[in-house]
Amino acid sequence: MINGEKLTVSASPHFRAKSSTRKIMLDVIIALVPALIASTVIFGLRALMITCVSVITCVLFEYVFRKLSKKSTTIGDLSAVVTGILLAFNLPSTIPVWMVILGDMFAIIIVKQFFGGIGQNFVNPAIAGRIFMLLSFSGRMSSWSEPCSGFMNLGGADAISGATPLVEESENLPSLIDMLLGIRGGCLGETCIIALLIGGIYLLFRKVITPVIPLSFICTVAVVMLIKGRGDFTFVAYQLMSGGLILGAIFMATDYATSPITFKGKIIFGIGCGLITCLIRLFGSLPEGVSYSIILMNILSPLIERATTPKPFGTVKEKKTKEAAKA
Amino acid sequence: MSGIPKGVLTAVKKVRGGVRVDHCKNTMDSEVVRIPTPQTVVIPMQMSIGAPCEPLVKPGDEVSVGQLIGDTEKFVSAPIHASVSGIVKAVGDVKMPTGVLAKAVTIESDGEMRLFEGVEPPKADTREDFIKAVRNSGLVGLGGAGFPTHVKLSFSPDKNIDTLIINAAECEPYITVDYRECIENSWDILSAVYTIKEILGFKKVIIAAEDNKPEAFNVLKRIADKDIDVGNEVRLMVLKSKYPQGAEKMMVQSATGRKVPPGKLPADVGCVVMNVASVAFISRYLKTGKPLVSRSLTVDGSAIAEPKNVRVPIGTMISEVINFCGGYKEQPYKLITGGPMMGLSVVGDDFPILKQNNAILAFGKEDAILKNETDCIHCGRCAAACPLSLTPTNIVRAAKIRDVAALERIGVNVCMECGSCAYSCPAGMPLVQYMRLGKSILREEAAKK
Repeated sequence: MINGEKLTVSASPHFRAKSSTRKIMLDVIIALVPALIASTVIFGLRALMITCVSVITCVLFEYVFRKLSKKSTTIGDLSAVVTGILLAFNLPSTIPVWMVILGDMFAIIIVKQFFGGIGQNFVNPAIAGRIFMLLSFSGRMSSWSEPCSGFMNLGGADAISGATPLVEESENLPSLIDMLLGIRGGCLGETCIIALLIGGIYLLFRKVITPVIPLSFICTVAVVMLIKGRGDFTFVAYQLMSGGLILGAIFMATDYATSPITFKGKIIFGIGCGLITCLIRLFGSLPEGVSYSIILMNILSPLIERATTPKPFGTVKEKKTKEAAKA
Repeated sequence: MSGIPKGVLTAVKKVRGGVRVDHCKNTMDSEVVRIPTPQTVVIPMQMSIGAPCEPLVKPGDEVSVGQLIGDTEKFVSAPIHASVSGIVKAVGDVKMPTGVLAKAVTIESDGEMRLFEGVEPPKADTREDFIKAVRNSGLVGLGGAGFPTHVKLSFSPDKNIDTLIINAAECEPYITVDYRECIENSWDILSAVYTIKEILGFKKVIIAAEDNKPEAFNVLKRIADKDIDVGNEVRLMVLKSKYPQGAEKMMVQSATGRKVPPGKLPADVGCVVMNVASVAFISRYLKTGKPLVSRSLTVDGSAIAEPKNVRVPIGTMISEVINFCGGYKEQPYKLITGGPMMGLSVVGDDFPILKQNNAILAFGKEDAILKNETDCIHCGRCAAACPLSLTPTNIVRAAKIRDVAALERIGVNVCMECGSCAYSCPAGMPLVQYMRLGKSILREEAAKK
């Protein structure tokens, strides 16, 4: 018997999938672990330290802001952790810690929380944080440490300034194998292509992301660079593996809040990112275009989504009859 | 013979989106058993979409099984019959599971289940007689929606309706009564299929079932196979088991590739979809003339001691049905009439079984916990799951700010509330509730004009 106990009454459906925002974010974090390990091996413990600092400050800023603005605590959904890791991955390992904290503050408070928190930000917080730092500290943001030069070196001051392959003279280029393994100068999380691909495959396997945006993004860059390089596949391979292209295409461009949800929209979004990246790399004065391309497409994302939203089931026919009636 | 290939068919067009839910078909092997005659039944006068019936009996009247006790002049409605024999105790308002009051006839049973003497096989040789007979049987769609069947069947002969689809998909978790119907009453189904086909002039009949019920499928196939040789167009179609495969619009799309436009019915694209249990009932009714006074339903869920399929007189109290199934084995925290995806959660077990109830599910504490609603992360899972190509996340936004133009443009009224979006939402948003909010906003706006 019911024993006077009250029954729960709710709207259907009474079954729910077991997914949650937290589980999705946890999957993204797991997918980023191989790249984190690789960056620690390549750039030393300082890379790990920078990432940890970034994660902790992001979570702290989010917690404090939500408390001060008297809103529910959202750090449990782990999205601030993801932002922290991604922003750190976009920084050179030599960056001073206070700059990291400033970048985290910009990403979490200004870009994410000022616009309403998770799901409401109009651009990717990590990318916006990186661009903010690029504009503010352009010197420090492009002084790379030599790969594999001191595992235990936690201090950033004696870093050797090296250039990324995108701006380097062609005779000093690292080999393609080194590029694949990530033994080159660059931001701490972007260099090891293999680790990033492993993470990407994990996300695909867990159905956290669909391959549409990464593929259309990377393929567009490949095609344009193939035309530019007049069929030189080595040139294309360097272009694909350098800069933050793979990191951006797999982990940043696929951000839910700032990319379209429609299939067609995702293709347009990916192609747009690819084209802007190529334009900046080939004709711009900046060495790297992935961040700017994604942030520009983020802004266009709502418009793309609206233009590509499918018609509700069965409406196509009606339109046709209308056209027929007009004719 | 044109078009339709021989043998078992597969879907002409795949259904978009949908979700893979656990089947939980625990009662698949449970033969439908009749429960002992209840002492009292409460028969509401509103058990279908459309107009309520007026009670034709008064307290103190003696009634017997199959006797007409409620009817109306209105077209979209189905008459109501006494489900037990005995004395009418009361005629008055009772609370329905939805919370509204409805007139109901309470009958105290004499335990004899005497059949009404007026019950005799109906005349159903012509189209008009047949539809009249279906109306008199009190049949409504037994799959859950409760749409009066005679309304569905009374289309004009020159409307070019060519396909009858028999829906045996039963895509809702837990429910197995249609499956049992296929196994236990397959001849009823087949004989009704041929009668309906002949009288109403359908060119082809497609019996559609999901691939997770191979036994039902084999039974139906064996019977249909005999007729494949004579060039007669009755075919079986196997569908991938995916929710909401059995929704009417999805059925029409799978079986014929046609899409039912928003606000239209399957008849507008030349199809009629009937639930397999409704069809089997028509066959029995034509043979005996006994109207719809009982129905089969699945009793299941984590709080039910002995889940099983039962046949109960219409108007039996839910509590009585659950007692027959061993009662509750743990404290129930959620009680649902219908399936877990589209069923209605009710506030107690003192409601009568209606014609359209195909299941009673009771769940313990763990299964009744509601997901915490957090902010939308714009992941797009809802839009990917929507079989009707809607974008629920945008509908939520429009509904929250009462954006009437956006609600119309996005097409909230197309939504059939199948719950695929809410099922897949990682933020735990009650999306179906938002869809209903959006629809009610549009209704209010339409009323203002």
